[in-house]
Amino acid sequence: MSKTTKQVDEVVIRFAGDSGDGMQLTGGRFTETTAIVGNDLSTLPDFPAEIRAPAGSLAGVSAFQIKFSSKDIHTPGDAPDILVAMNPAALKAHQTEILPGGTIICNANAFTPKNLKLAGYETNPLEDKTLEDHYTVYSVEMSKMVALASEDLGLSSKIVDRTKNFFALGLLFWIYDRPTQPTKDWLAIKFAKKPEIVEANVRAMDAGYNYGETTEIFTTRYTVDKASLPPGTYRNVVGNYALSMGLAAAAEKSKLNLFYGGYPITPASDILHTLSAWKHLGIKTFQAEDEIAGITAVLGAAFTGSLGVTATSGPGIALKGEAMGLAVIAELPIVVVNVQRGGPSTGLPTKTEQSDLLQAMYGRNGEAPMPVIASSTPGDCFYAAYEACRIAIKYMTPVVLLTDGYLANGSEPWQVPVLKDLPPIDIKFADKSSIVDGQFMPYLRNKKTLARPWAIPGMKGLEHRIGGIEKEDVTGNVSYDPENHHHMVETRAKKVETIADEFGKSEIFGNKSGDLLILSWGGTKGACRSAVEALQAKKKKVSHLHIRWINPLPKDLGEILIKFKNVLMPEINYGQLSKIIRAEYLVDIKGLNLVRGKPISSADIQEEANSLIG
Amino acid sequence: MAETKTTKTYTRQDFTSDQAVRWCPGCGDYAILAQTQKVFPDLGVDKENFVFISGIGCSSRFPYYMDTYGFHTIHGRAPAIASGVKLANPELSVWVVTGDGDGLSIGGNHTIHLLRRNLDINVMLFNNRIYGLTKGQYSPTSEVGKVTKSTPMGSLDRPFNPLTLSLGAGATFVSRTIDKETKHLQDMIKRSHNHKGTSFMEIYQNCNIFNDGAFSPLTDRETKLETVLWLENNSPMIFGAEKNKGIRLEGNTPKVIEIGDKWSIDDVLVHDESDYVIASLLSNMTYNPDFPDPVGVLYAVEDTTYEDMMIDQLNEAVKKKDKGSIQDIINSGDTWVVK
Repeated sequence: MSKTTKQVDEVVIRFAGDSGDGMQLTGGRFTETTAIVGNDLSTLPDFPAEIRAPAGSLAGVSAFQIKFSSKDIHTPGDAPDILVAMNPAALKAHQTEILPGGTIICNANAFTPKNLKLAGYETNPLEDKTLEDHYTVYSVEMSKMVALASEDLGLSSKIVDRTKNFFALGLLFWIYDRPTQPTKDWLAIKFAKKPEIVEANVRAMDAGYNYGETTEIFTTRYTVDKASLPPGTYRNVVGNYALSMGLAAAAEKSKLNLFYGGYPITPASDILHTLSAWKHLGIKTFQAEDEIAGITAVLGAAFTGSLGVTATSGPGIALKGEAMGLAVIAELPIVVVNVQRGGPSTGLPTKTEQSDLLQAMYGRNGEAPMPVIASSTPGDCFYAAYEACRIAIKYMTPVVLLTDGYLANGSEPWQVPVLKDLPPIDIKFADKSSIVDGQFMPYLRNKKTLARPWAIPGMKGLEHRIGGIEKEDVTGNVSYDPENHHHMVETRAKKVETIADEFGKSEIFGNKSGDLLILSWGGTKGACRSAVEALQAKKKKVSHLHIRWINPLPKDLGEILIKFKNVLMPEINYGQLSKIIRAEYLVDIKGLNLVRGKPISSADIQEEANSLIG
Repeated sequence: MAETKTTKTYTRQDFTSDQAVRWCPGCGDYAILAQTQKVFPDLGVDKENFVFISGIGCSSRFPYYMDTYGFHTIHGRAPAIASGVKLANPELSVWVVTGDGDGLSIGGNHTIHLLRRNLDINVMLFNNRIYGLTKGQYSPTSEVGKVTKSTPMGSLDRPFNPLTLSLGAGATFVSRTIDKETKHLQDMIKRSHNHKGTSFMEIYQNCNIFNDGAFSPLTDRETKLETVLWLENNSPMIFGAEKNKGIRLEGNTPKVIEIGDKWSIDDVLVHDESDYVIASLLSNMTYNPDFPDPVGVLYAVEDTTYEDMMIDQLNEAVKKKDKGSIQDIINSGDTWVVK
């Protein structure tokens, strides 16, 4: 039977299985291969907080979604076109999200009475025909086929069974016409010391590929053309990795030593892991005894002339709050990264949320303003981190960088930046010009940036004392003077406001006026842009504005807002930035606040927009 | 201990800042500050290489009065901030000034972790067995039953013994001195400085406002010869007005003996700073009415410092991969070109 090839613009695949089924790895390999093929892509890993929830249970389902396209895309997609379900629980957890007409591929061997019971099925959905009315279902005996493929390797059946994810991967490679060689090369390196494991996985992948090729079950394969991205060299990049590279790039450009202090916490730990592997760049990493020691060691390093960075998630920020206040009053340059996750308290550690914005803005005692920047895509984590460092150093201020679980673990094709093209980060340490009457003046400010001089231990003649007690401006001496305190409160606020002078005009996507402006910040940018593109295609007068710096806000924001009849702000929180903007500009912003631990979809936004402007 | 020796000659004045000292008149902190300023010119370090880090509390005002680099930080965190300073520049001579509340209560966690990591940082813990800055609540070193504003019927907490705590945390240098013993205080500051690794120095310090006389048995002329055991390495542990009392080990148990008919000097335990068991025995004489309080260096051993190992790893990484550029990492992985 001949196979037909169909060309499509974009595809959304979701791999779902038990935590032990290797779904993140499968998704990762499919992503890397898709990047090499040249599609634009966006991914969304979704895994449970438990390292290994009981096998076969709904709580233990781990999933990875990828959208890839021949066009420029902004999100990992809403509903999947195709679901790969490695067991009944995976099917149960994700089936409702597949659109009617979608495809389901299951590992039939995992649909045992025990697993069906664990997932809450009374009858086997692969046999009772309940799915077939709505979906195209392929029930494939993956476990059996990998067992046959590797039966002569002398490996235990348990180990061989673990290769079934590579069967699924091979099958998907065939369906979407992707090469298997890059994954074979990757396996050879990854398991260099275990050639029999390499062989078993290669056989499983080939078996899956050949299953698609030779059986008559799959009649159609699909091709997705290369995306027309701007010319350049590309790679696929995951958010936390991009962020780490951005920090290292800032250190290299500024010629400062990067000192990273932190305490492991999901979903920020990969930044610690990544930087720890780059010791050859001179990066110092310090796994501290707790979150507080993480940031305070960083403050000590910043006092000593390093580029100090700490990263954590919401609960860690709560603990670091007092030290952030110390950084504000001591006016030391550090970057505090918050990879946001679901809260409050431990909340949803592996799920995404944007609910720490008010914490970043106001979560400290006293008037303690900090610049806050938010990255918008996995690749943008690089630039946001670089920018956060540049601003921290230039203005001698701590900076908060907000990302989230979706950005941290998600990935996208990324045009490889060239270091020399990045904006310069010039360091000017304190010198004799800050000495007045023989005394170094630690708070004698740069008139334009209001930055104080950075004198570091070891510099002769610039010995000085700073601390958390209010300072007299210029001299830095302890001062309880009422007027001085008011002046310092004002100065610290003004310093942050001054940063807005660096921003150019805000870039509006669409017309500068109209029926609706959709405002976004952080990781909702992609979904908002997709929604606005779809609405504009239907001739709706809708525009999009993305806000990169939360503090300070762009100076032209107020005049932009009033040009639109409606303003809609989707946020994965209960209305945090919308609250600030309402207060700041007295504009009645509508919130779309869906706090479900997952990204807001383009469809959610379009629906809300339509209800606002009809 | 800083790596590079100075060629300059300093005086006490060089380490005195222009800030007025604001401790209560009669506070033991004055003596500690004075001895520090007096002994620092002799340490052989360029003064720009000294850094004082403190937390919160009366003692933590200390950095303001030293004309060195200083950072008066937040409650309990000085050891962690100091760790960042030392790791950022291991050439610096870093000093932590803390108190029994700052270093053992709110910041206890940082203190023990600094000690186990063995960074070359000098900790001066002023122990006055009371909260002074907050006006007189009991502290983690206050005795059981201490009546204070927050414990009108007496405190229920069993106190920490800072010496056993630091030994348990893996400290490589553990010592104790007393604010009023100026010469000994200077010696202990020098010993701390010369020790490579974290040095822990407990300083008995009198708070004459909220806990006056807490150490008077150890400092009063009439009693101190009987109550203090002055430690000297390789010397027998002898004390008493007549120098006729000693510490003898019976099995694993220390006992006070009288040298004379029954016992001779040869029966007295000889101090060995490198012996952890002896240090342990000594530290547990604290709070024990049957024994004198040990004062001096209880324990001092050399071990690799955290920062030296960190630098070794950095050098090792450069040797393996060459000093790279982040550009190489940015460019690595599976890349493709769009034309």
